[in-house]
Amino acid sequence: MPKIALQDVTKSFGKKKVLRGITLDVPAGKSVVVIGGSGTGKSVMLKCILGLLKPDSGSIKIDGVEITTLHPWQRENIMRKFGMLFQGGALFDSLPVWENVAFGLVQGKRTSRRKARPIAYEALAKVGLSEDVGQLSPSELSGGMQKRVALARAIASQPEIIFFDEPTTGLDPITADVINNLIVESVQHLGATALSITHDMASARKIADIIAMIHEGKIVWQGPASEIDHSGNELVDQFIHGRAQGPIKMAINHQ
Amino acid sequence: MLGLASVGRLSIVFFDIVGSLSKFFVQSVLSCLAPPFFARQFGRQLWRIGYNSLPVVGLTALFTGSALALQIYIGGSRFNAEGIVANIVALGITRELGPVLAGLMVAGRVGAAIAAEIGTMRVTEQIDALVTLSTSPFKYLVAPRILAATICLPLLVGIADIIGIFGGYLVGTRSLGFNSAVYLKNTMDFIQVDDVRSGLIKAAVFGFIIALMGCYHGYHSAGGAQGVGRATTNAVVSASMLILASNYFLTSLFFGT
Repeated sequence: MPKIALQDVTKSFGKKKVLRGITLDVPAGKSVVVIGGSGTGKSVMLKCILGLLKPDSGSIKIDGVEITTLHPWQRENIMRKFGMLFQGGALFDSLPVWENVAFGLVQGKRTSRRKARPIAYEALAKVGLSEDVGQLSPSELSGGMQKRVALARAIASQPEIIFFDEPTTGLDPITADVINNLIVESVQHLGATALSITHDMASARKIADIIAMIHEGKIVWQGPASEIDHSGNELVDQFIHGRAQGPIKMAINHQ
Repeated sequence: MLGLASVGRLSIVFFDIVGSLSKFFVQSVLSCLAPPFFARQFGRQLWRIGYNSLPVVGLTALFTGSALALQIYIGGSRFNAEGIVANIVALGITRELGPVLAGLMVAGRVGAAIAAEIGTMRVTEQIDALVTLSTSPFKYLVAPRILAATICLPLLVGIADIIGIFGGYLVGTRSLGFNSAVYLKNTMDFIQVDDVRSGLIKAAVFGFIIALMGCYHGYHSAGGAQGVGRATTNAVVSASMLILASNYFLTSLFFGT
């Protein structure tokens, strides 16, 4: 049984159809990366799985449990299995770094602050941040460090499934590679299932077991990461080589 | 036909807002009543909404009470009723000006801050992050603010009543030549429990409105910095309008007819 199973998921905003029937399986313990250009529906797909958006039709199953029809209070149990690394980090700027990392434990799982604190520092150490960073405010950190803190927050409550939303966007190539390594390490260490979305091919190659390509709200290709260069799919070829010419036409003149 | 279409469009927008506001209202009230409660957040909001608003509300009350004393003296002297200053200042401040002006000042100060903070959390995905960390944004963000504002506003208005009356007393005794003991006696004899109580109940309603509008507009903000700016403006304007409108209805409810 796949850990996450999407079947014909659709979502529209007004007249704009963003997801046109996504079908995707994420096997347990594997890292699946969904690649695709801006505006193809990657983020919307992720938000539908997280329950931040409600799909118009289709089914989303986590461990075989249909989640699109769950009540909010039933959903909370499912949410406890999730960790998420947001694109911009989404750290709480009103709290110091260590409280950010401990947040899921203290507020979500009702662990005492005293018990959560050492766990938070341990998670910070895992992403290579020293003790004194814990007392700082998130706004005092560089972009790369914020990403690390966000990663520490995502893994601190030991989730079964971790989502990565464009984990390397906005980072320099070296910091991006450090983050990629940390992602691979922490996912393997937890034995977690990972679902990432990105348009950074270096990142996708590094962290993926399986790559799927999304285009115009549909999965157009999927296969093992090692086969991405021999996909035989024109859309995939155009994307991974970053060519302006090809079957994918980017909207330039109109929104 | 064009006119009809725009009327229809406007109606849809209107009912859309009424609908989402009602839903937000119910969700907020429910999250104020059911556990889990976030005591730390609540304490923080009490401090920020209540204590930090003291200077603004106090100064507003002081100058309003003083100006009121002067105006009533000038008006009253036209028909030889200068002696009425103490009574009218007490009545005007406790029933009307204390709650309304404190409400409007706090709407500007706190309503804007709430909308900007929650709006920024929305556009930087911090609210989504809360959800992924199994924490309800309604319980963590909205409920503490609404509870704190509803409790703080009556306290602030109670203080504003005292300071406002004191402002009238200062002007009355220092520049209008009233005897200090007589002024105080007039105030105390004339003022009734109902005057103060109705003002404090109004204040609690205004506090609720301010926090609700701040949270609602912040929570639904979209579109980056501009969206947060719009949310802040909408929060202050809608809170102020609702305060003035509900003030009229509450007044007519309290004092009959």
